Amino acid sequence: MATRVLVPSGVLGLGFDREALRRAASDRPDIICIDGGSTDSGPFYLGAGVSKYSDASVRSEWRELLAARAAAGCPLVLGSAGTCGTDAMVEDMLAATRSIAEAEGRRLRVATLKSEQPAASVREALQAGRLAPLAGAPEGGIAAEDIARCTHIVALAGAEQIAAALRTGADVVIAGRATDTAAISALPLMNGEHAGAAWHGAKIGECGALCSTRPMSGVIGLEFDGAGCTVEPHADGARCTPESVAAHMLYENADPFILHEPGGHLDARGAAYDALDGRRVRISGSRWVASETYTVKLEGARLAGFQTTALAILRDARYVANARRWLGRLETFLAGEIPARTGLEPRDYAIEFRLIGVDAALGPLEARASDPVEVGVLAIVTAASQATATEIARLANPFLLHFPLSDDEDLPTFAFPYSPAETERGPLYEFALNHVMRLDDPMEAFRLEVTEVGHGPAG
Amino acid sequence: MARLGDAVRAVRSKNAGPFMVTVDIFCGTDAAFQQVNAAVTASAVARLYRVDPERVGRYELPALRVVKFSFPRPVPQGSRGDRDMHGAQWAALLAEAEFGEPGEGLRRPSRP
Repeated sequence: MATRVLVPSGVLGLGFDREALRRAASDRPDIICIDGGSTDSGPFYLGAGVSKYSDASVRSEWRELLAARAAAGCPLVLGSAGTCGTDAMVEDMLAATRSIAEAEGRRLRVATLKSEQPAASVREALQAGRLAPLAGAPEGGIAAEDIARCTHIVALAGAEQIAAALRTGADVVIAGRATDTAAISALPLMNGEHAGAAWHGAKIGECGALCSTRPMSGVIGLEFDGAGCTVEPHADGARCTPESVAAHMLYENADPFILHEPGGHLDARGAAYDALDGRRVRISGSRWVASETYTVKLEGARLAGFQTTALAILRDARYVANARRWLGRLETFLAGEIPARTGLEPRDYAIEFRLIGVDAALGPLEARASDPVEVGVLAIVTAASQATATEIARLANPFLLHFPLSDDEDLPTFAFPYSPAETERGPLYEFALNHVMRLDDPMEAFRLEVTEVGHGPAG
Repeated sequence: MARLGDAVRAVRSKNAGPFMVTVDIFCGTDAAFQQVNAAVTASAVARLYRVDPERVGRYELPALRVVKFSFPRPVPQGSRGDRDMHGAQWAALLAEAEFGEPGEGLRRPSRP
């Protein structure tokens, strides 16, 4: 028996080829799976507990996916709701599902799977020796205070928790934070398909058509069986080739052969990628290696201050040519003036400058030098409160506007693109955890609930 | 010495989680793979990115004609001081480096 999984796109909110989705849904897949989140865009979303994508994009796409689900007559699974996968994001997608079901006269059975972890239970896990650091974890280990300072902590659900949600008979599963692959691999694993292929195919399909020659088209079909997985793009003109598929194993993956998941890891060292024709690729030869203990990865973000930024543009050719020297003088000047005028200690604030057009992206690693037309000077102030950050940016403002290259020359005036020159960026969050937590039962850190929404005919 | 980006099909980089970055060199041809694979060592990449060579993972994928490197980010993604949230512009540093015979390592770009 084969298990056919339809992946409409790499993430809810990014868009998909509607005609391809319609065609793929009418082909009656066994399940439709889409991912709603990731850490790709930084710690802010988890720290603040909000989604990256616009409500309009998410809700309009979700309506289309619910319609595709009805046409296909199969479950629809959303993993990592609302980018960060916090409980509030699960509730938000449940509310969206309810309002769509009510508006369209449809009755749906919705399973919600919540992944958020109270700091107290993570602290207990730390004290009980159930937390282990991953490669690249913050040095010096993690302390109970670090956990307490997190605004949100989520555990990444795996295939076991998604499977539990599917076993409720739900039409729709809305999961909090989950691994990118869990929603896709769950049903093939429940059906007894080849475990290595289930995880490998899920990894290849998790970003939708990114594994094809037409990455923006979104829609990918994965067919799992007892020996392997076949990947097929659904958009007109899109092709999967052994290269396009195999290359996705490298994507955002430190080790191109090993993928850690709750309960074990995928070992793709023996994988073969074979073209079935000009557009479909067969994956086989991967192994699933179960671990002795069951662990889930944790993500946590904590508040690290507040930021205010200011931007000035140097266009005068002499200042452009001497931008680094000018900035060095300005930094020295401000390092004296800010503490003198505010009474703040240097440890109470940070002011960083980025020379856009010189080395803003790479900083000290930058190896190239050329003559830009203009240089953007971005000042980023971080302090314990928004008011302090803005006060420091305002203090720096007249100097960012007028600071001269030498003491014996007319004061320049640079270009501010707007007024006021300062922009309050709000809170700065940072990722604080890079750990796994050991569980005795895969469900013990997750909460599963079933709700009926809407009215009218079921499904 | 040749500019690496001119000798291969593509060089890309991306975060691999918030604490690591990974750089993929898609060589395109077997000849380019052999050349790059011999010349671009983990220690050369460590010097270019100023990271501890002990912490640079190096992977050879001859079937894909890819050489891949993974190493810790100097600043975790999004923490204060991070310059590139997605880590995708770091590839430019490697693409613009010059490489030659095995043992010569990587040279920072000489042209302006």
